[in-house]
Amino acid sequence: MQRLTHLDRLEAESIHIMREVVAEATNPVMLYSVGKDSAVMLHLARKAFYPAPPPFPLLHVDTTWKFRDMYALRDKAAKAAGMELLVYQNPEAVERGINPFDHGPLHTDMWKTDGLKQALDKWQFDAAFGGARRDEEKSRAKERIFSFRTATHGWDPKNQRPELWNLYNARKNKGESIRVFPLSNWTELDIWQYIMKEGIEIVPLYMAAPRPTVERDGLLLMVDDDRFPLRPGEEPVMRSIRFRTLGCYPLTGAVESTAATLSEVVQEMLLTTTSERQGRAIDKDAGGAGMEKKKQEGYF
Amino acid sequence: MTEMPTTPDVAYKVDALIAEDIDSYLDLHQNKGLLRFITCGSVDDGKSTLIGRLLYDSKMIFEDQLAALEADSARVGTQGKAIDFALLVDGLAAEREQGITIDVAYRFFATEKRKFIVADTPGHEQYTRNMVTGASTADLAVILIDARKGVLVQTRRHSFLAHLIGIRHLVLAVNKMDLVDYSQEVFDGIVADYAAFAKEIGIEQFTPIPISGFMGDNITAAPSANTPWYTGPSLIDHLETVEIEGAAAQARPLRMPVQWVNRPNLDFRGFSGLISEGTVKPGDAVRVIPSGKTSTIKSIVTMGADLDEAVAGQSVTLTLTDEIDCSRGDVIAAAEAPPQAADQFEATVVWMSDEALIPGRGYWLKLATQTVSATVAQPKYEIDVNSLEHLAAKTLGLNGIGVCEVTTDRPIVFEPYADSRALGGFILIDKLTNATVGAGMIHFSLRRAQNVHWQALEVGRQAHAALKGQQPAVLWFTGLSGSGKSTIANLVEKKLHAAGRHTFLLDGDNVRHGLNKDLGFTETDRIENIRRVGEVTKLMSDAGLIVLTAFISPFRAEREMVRAMLPAGEFIEIFVDTPLEVAESRDVKGLYRKAREGELKNFTGIDSPYERPEAPEIRIDTTRTSPEAAAELIVERLLGQWVPEL
Repeated sequence: MQRLTHLDRLEAESIHIMREVVAEATNPVMLYSVGKDSAVMLHLARKAFYPAPPPFPLLHVDTTWKFRDMYALRDKAAKAAGMELLVYQNPEAVERGINPFDHGPLHTDMWKTDGLKQALDKWQFDAAFGGARRDEEKSRAKERIFSFRTATHGWDPKNQRPELWNLYNARKNKGESIRVFPLSNWTELDIWQYIMKEGIEIVPLYMAAPRPTVERDGLLLMVDDDRFPLRPGEEPVMRSIRFRTLGCYPLTGAVESTAATLSEVVQEMLLTTTSERQGRAIDKDAGGAGMEKKKQEGYF
Repeated sequence: MTEMPTTPDVAYKVDALIAEDIDSYLDLHQNKGLLRFITCGSVDDGKSTLIGRLLYDSKMIFEDQLAALEADSARVGTQGKAIDFALLVDGLAAEREQGITIDVAYRFFATEKRKFIVADTPGHEQYTRNMVTGASTADLAVILIDARKGVLVQTRRHSFLAHLIGIRHLVLAVNKMDLVDYSQEVFDGIVADYAAFAKEIGIEQFTPIPISGFMGDNITAAPSANTPWYTGPSLIDHLETVEIEGAAAQARPLRMPVQWVNRPNLDFRGFSGLISEGTVKPGDAVRVIPSGKTSTIKSIVTMGADLDEAVAGQSVTLTLTDEIDCSRGDVIAAAEAPPQAADQFEATVVWMSDEALIPGRGYWLKLATQTVSATVAQPKYEIDVNSLEHLAAKTLGLNGIGVCEVTTDRPIVFEPYADSRALGGFILIDKLTNATVGAGMIHFSLRRAQNVHWQALEVGRQAHAALKGQQPAVLWFTGLSGSGKSTIANLVEKKLHAAGRHTFLLDGDNVRHGLNKDLGFTETDRIENIRRVGEVTKLMSDAGLIVLTAFISPFRAEREMVRAMLPAGEFIEIFVDTPLEVAESRDVKGLYRKAREGELKNFTGIDSPYERPEAPEIRIDTTRTSPEAAAELIVERLLGQWVPEL
């Protein structure tokens, strides 16, 4: 008998999910955020459809405020996969110059939440893969693998379809769409282990290196380009840092670290006691129910 | 942190190894197995507390989450000053306010030996469907009992459901032992009670463990100092070592439902799917079911390199040595032991929708990668999940569980659920709302479906039609009572007859008085009425006739069912569109008056709905078109469009 490891079983499940979507949806897309979860999801898609390229495009809902390293890897990864890369920037946010320094929560609302809705509407995608995991956050733990959105992109947590065995009901009415989470059952450690096992390229920012930083509002921020407005008295300091999660650079807190290799990163992660999303400002809105509220509004 | 009772027996992770030799640690962890289990119990049994404890002890709670937990515990917790682990696992805001869990939540933790996925579902009877959902992917079930209360009705319900869904490993976790002074007598009494009941429903074995989720006894190590009399494993020990069915699944003959045909270019044609049972190697003889065509495995393709062997649980792409027909929905199986195909089954059906099962109505049935139209007959009986009695039932409501006959519109590849979850489990989908409304587990196919072979008719429908010199068609008139269906249909038939066509008109008068005189006007009877009319219509069109029908036929699903029975293009839906107030003011038969006065029940348009056709082939607006003009138009369309050159 051949024994399958937990990674084997997770991989097989994710591939099965992706193939079901391709078989049943008319116009699927993969949301690609360039983070480590996206990297794993893209890798799984390549495996699922090999030797064909994944039969759907990648969509990056861009905020124009990602780290430079992320933009570089994004273009490279799409090319390597032989996939079309669609980049969408909310035109209203472009016009109004929405940025995380001056506009607070509006930054996420307009670039990400509205941007995503607009992009899905623009290309009429009826199924969108996302890299969210159930272990990330409490309300995610209850979300289905196939999660339905109304024509206005709303999520109704009380009215989710029961999901039995590995039978996914992908049928939907006109205008409705599905968000599909093939990594639902992966944990952060699984992601790291799989990246190591498969040799998946990730953004170098996950590994520690000396980088220019400032400390602000309890977060350690990286000064990634000259759009970063320094406050009086602030002076970028070189620190050895890495990121546990990657978003817009002015909103993503770094951790001080010397872990420069993957196994050192995992070692640090296992010994650390601060959970992953803590580095992001978004979950702290609206008390403990922050993410659930965001999702009802259509955030991925 | 001082109020929290911590486990004396350390956590599961070897911090030292992580710190000193991370690569060895990762090696170890990369090769762990996976166990999926479900916890069954209600709020009061301390289920969330137990799961919170497992997460806490395996360090799946991080510092910031712990801080939030401490704050929440002080604010809304039910454990006084101590940490309320339940708050950690109760996710949605509404639930937190009500203090109960209402959905299926999945949790993750890992020990040295295994990674675990826990399905956490609510215990109350109104959440039976949630529990069935959580159990469907589980290898093991932890049945929680409050030591102070013993075996309750809900314990029986949970055990029955776990058994029903085919979970072979049951743990009876007798919780809150701290509140009964860790009494062996109490524990033994509960185990004896449970054993008696378990035997009754066919549970062959279970593992009883006395625990305290709150205090941590016998969770990670056993026996705890408080239960020196206990000789079995700790909960974690058991979860880490219980042998799951991987070996059994691999020992069965090969089954791979085809999900997707991979055809990037003319030189490559691969069949992608998840192997549900058995193993496969290049050179193996396989059979594609239902066609029965045989071939040989050429290669097992993956992105790294071709594999020498693949086993149950892996997602692969297979290529065959022959160019044979094979597409999504087919099953690639061991050539010498293929599964069967059938179109009629006995199954246990669990209903999951607020809207009750409508016997006879068409639903989508999805089994493995096959989706077909199916009907469910009136249940043979419903099972009372508390008493396990068999009750007579006409339908199944939300959370109802019954044994029913299921008929599909074409044969599907299946196996009994007891042999294969993948080929024996199905879901039912409402055709209008697209909601998942039920789940089923096949017991066996019905003999009559296996043994009835279609009589290959020498004189077929083509021959019948050719002799009459016409193309068969079904003119399906639908509309409210008094809308003018029969009037127009009669005129159409006269004109067709005059034009030398062979026709037959079916309406309420010639059907309700004979073939369907046993049917009334309830929703179920109306559906059966239309189903029979559909079958008669189909036979008549096979005989080469142009059939006209004039029935209210208020439900879209039934009209679509008849459409699906006939060859494409033969069903012509004619919507006689008369507004309710117009039909009611005509009231030729005085029926509307009776319905308004309550003498007639279930009258369409009054107290029973009429679902308008969304895209009828022909729509007649009777407020603007006379019956004569309408008939003229229909005949013109029919003879112009559908009649072949003579």
